[in-house]
Amino acid sequence: QIKAQRLLYFNMSESTKPHPQGKGEKTHVGDSSYVGIDAILEQMRRKAMKQGFEFNIMVVGQSGLGKSTLVNTLFKSKVSRKSVQPNPEERIPKTIEIKSISHDIEEKGVRMKLTVIDTPGFGDQINNENCWQPIMKFINDQYEVYLQEEININRKKRIPDSRVHCCIYFIPPTGHCLRPLDVEFMRRLSKVVNIVPVIAKADTLTLEERDYFKQTIREELRANGIDVYPQKEFDEDAEDRMINDKIREMIPFAVVGSDQEYQVNGKRILGRKTKWGTIEVENIAHCEFAYLRDLLIRTHMQNIKDITGSIHYETYRVRRLNESNIHFSAHLSDDPAVEPKANGQLEEQPSALQPNGVAAQHEALSHEM
Amino acid sequence: SKASPHWTATLCYVKPHNGRLSEGEGARAVPLAGHVGFDSMPDQLVNKSVNHGFCFNILCVGETGLGKSTLMDTLFNTKFEGEPTQHNQPGVTLKSNTYELQESNVRLKLTVVNTVGFGDQINKEDSYKSIVEFIDAQFEAYLQEELKIKRTLHSYHDTRIHACLYFIAPTGHSLKSLDLVTMKKLDSKVNIIPIIAKSDAISKSELAKFKIKITSELVSNGVQIYQFPTDDESVAEINSTMNSHLPFAVVGSTEEVKIGNKMVKARQYPWGTVQVENENHCDFVKLREMLIRVNMEDLREQTHTRHYELYRRCKLEEMGFKDTDPDSKPFSLQETYEAKRNEFMGELQKKEEEMRQMFVQRVKEKEAELKEAEKELHEKFDRLKKLHQDEKKKLEEKKKSLDDELNTFKQKKTAAELLQNQAQQAGGSTTLKRDKERKK
Repeated sequence: QIKAQRLLYFNMSESTKPHPQGKGEKTHVGDSSYVGIDAILEQMRRKAMKQGFEFNIMVVGQSGLGKSTLVNTLFKSKVSRKSVQPNPEERIPKTIEIKSISHDIEEKGVRMKLTVIDTPGFGDQINNENCWQPIMKFINDQYEVYLQEEININRKKRIPDSRVHCCIYFIPPTGHCLRPLDVEFMRRLSKVVNIVPVIAKADTLTLEERDYFKQTIREELRANGIDVYPQKEFDEDAEDRMINDKIREMIPFAVVGSDQEYQVNGKRILGRKTKWGTIEVENIAHCEFAYLRDLLIRTHMQNIKDITGSIHYETYRVRRLNESNIHFSAHLSDDPAVEPKANGQLEEQPSALQPNGVAAQHEALSHEM
Repeated sequence: SKASPHWTATLCYVKPHNGRLSEGEGARAVPLAGHVGFDSMPDQLVNKSVNHGFCFNILCVGETGLGKSTLMDTLFNTKFEGEPTQHNQPGVTLKSNTYELQESNVRLKLTVVNTVGFGDQINKEDSYKSIVEFIDAQFEAYLQEELKIKRTLHSYHDTRIHACLYFIAPTGHSLKSLDLVTMKKLDSKVNIIPIIAKSDAISKSELAKFKIKITSELVSNGVQIYQFPTDDESVAEINSTMNSHLPFAVVGSTEEVKIGNKMVKARQYPWGTVQVENENHCDFVKLREMLIRVNMEDLREQTHTRHYELYRRCKLEEMGFKDTDPDSKPFSLQETYEAKRNEFMGELQKKEEEMRQMFVQRVKEKEAELKEAEKELHEKFDRLKKLHQDEKKKLEEKKKSLDDELNTFKQKKTAAELLQNQAQQAGGSTTLKRDKERKK
């Protein structure tokens, strides 16, 4: 038996100033009221460093929009499919292919398994109907893999996470508005994955054209009910909302990618050199690459993973388990005495109780009495 | 799931066609040409946890009077509970209290569970049972949440026990058999940290012997206590040193005594003062260091990845699940679980029905009995009534015959008197004379 639960509030230590993340006790000699609960932050950090992180990013857009280059620029490393392919021929596949490449990268002791998922062939056909299907299927398949491991009896301590955390959608820099393909894709996929739309090769747009384009895109997304990352409904608190509102006013980011370094003002910077000037990729006056990088990597990476895990994956799981229940109850038909076969299929058995037997018996009894 | 024809894997890297990531097979390491920024990930993770808050649940097992509540107060520097418990509990109950603590920016939801009445009974055979049931109940609650279709795991208040402080009485000799039995029952369900309570009752030399005895008894009985982890270099050394000091000999106190120019937590005796935070006096500091400042997260992780997984595995196997058929896996677990549950509900319903039937039967029987009795009463009443009527009739007849007799007698009397009068008239004077003479 468990007796009553009480919730009491205590503020143990007089000092509310955050303690430095050191090895606990040494910095608090003489502070007799210090318990050391905040040392758990350091413990968590240690655990995170030891375990490392996983991040899976998908790039979608028709060929020639600079997807591979952008990914390489984001991670300052040759992580894209093109950099890795043994024969770098620019062949456009006849159907959409899904190609997934993983790399281990490390920065200041933090290890990350980065998986870049490329989708060559998307939007390149004459008839692009249903071109989102293989991509949807891939994303759902990853949820399925995770779900299968999760419901194992003997399951791994850490379930390997291959779920797509973020899908960058490349919008061609037409300057006018979204194409039907863009709308269709984003409308469908935003329901299953975090979509981050970007304006590709933005160095072909002037600042005014860019702003006009962005505004149009934002309106069209709103008009079509497309929720891109960061989604308004998942803002955790007022502080979050404030930060994310600012981001929402800026998307889609107009980006330029490059893995070439040039000398500008005595510094080596990533850029694109043209006859009329050098576009500095990480210069926010030139393009919004830095904002995209900060969002995806430096500030919101954990949040992107959390939304994938606690919202998109859970939605998939609910749907999947409900499907199996419908399948299940179709066999069951209110009959509790059903035995499943060894392979998980159900078999009906004659039951002693009629579907409304209990109710009927109630009636009979009350009459008898 | 089968391989999709649209998936391909590049040759050098591990991404097999069935889309599953194999554990242990890494990807190629590549160098970075500049600062990317994902080194902020641990910070991002920590920030998220800080916003969310942490939770930690401690179970204190030990006899009444070993200072469990005081030790908790001392560890967390707060006065938690009310009065000390009585010693006359009929069985072991578990009392759980949750507190919200805050230190700098860290919010901790601490739950302290106490065993009330442990060791007080004459027959202690079942003492461990309520503890095991409690621990299992918390695992079960989590499992239920995990198996739900619509679940909210990330806002679920985790009540699973992360650490079990086992309080050993400071006898100085050896473990009690109750201690061994209880710890053996708990070691596969929870992280056990054995401590010697009220250790200021034992001298230093006795304490060393006591610790050795306890450790050897634990080993020889195969009791698995929690080992502070030594796989991470930053804490391996301190943890392995501390492991050798187990069981920790602790003293708890919330009273403060002035030593030198400071106020310290201590217990004051006529012969001296035991300072709680003096490592020469007791192992309190070691316990606090290990339990809170160094290994709290590991305790939580072991609970989730080892003890809970074991419970889950056993429970699901017990219910008849198997990891057999990969094709039907998402279904079979949910389905079979639902089937079992429905079967169980069906059985429950059947039992209810049976009970109801039995009840109805009994009622009917009783009713019949009562009806019988009533009938009998009626019959008896009728009989008596009839008897009464017969009696009455007889009496009336008798009365009538008596009346008749009386009438007859009266008639005779009247007739006789008449005759007498007539006779008197005839020899009336004589009678009168006689009467006169009589009157004289």
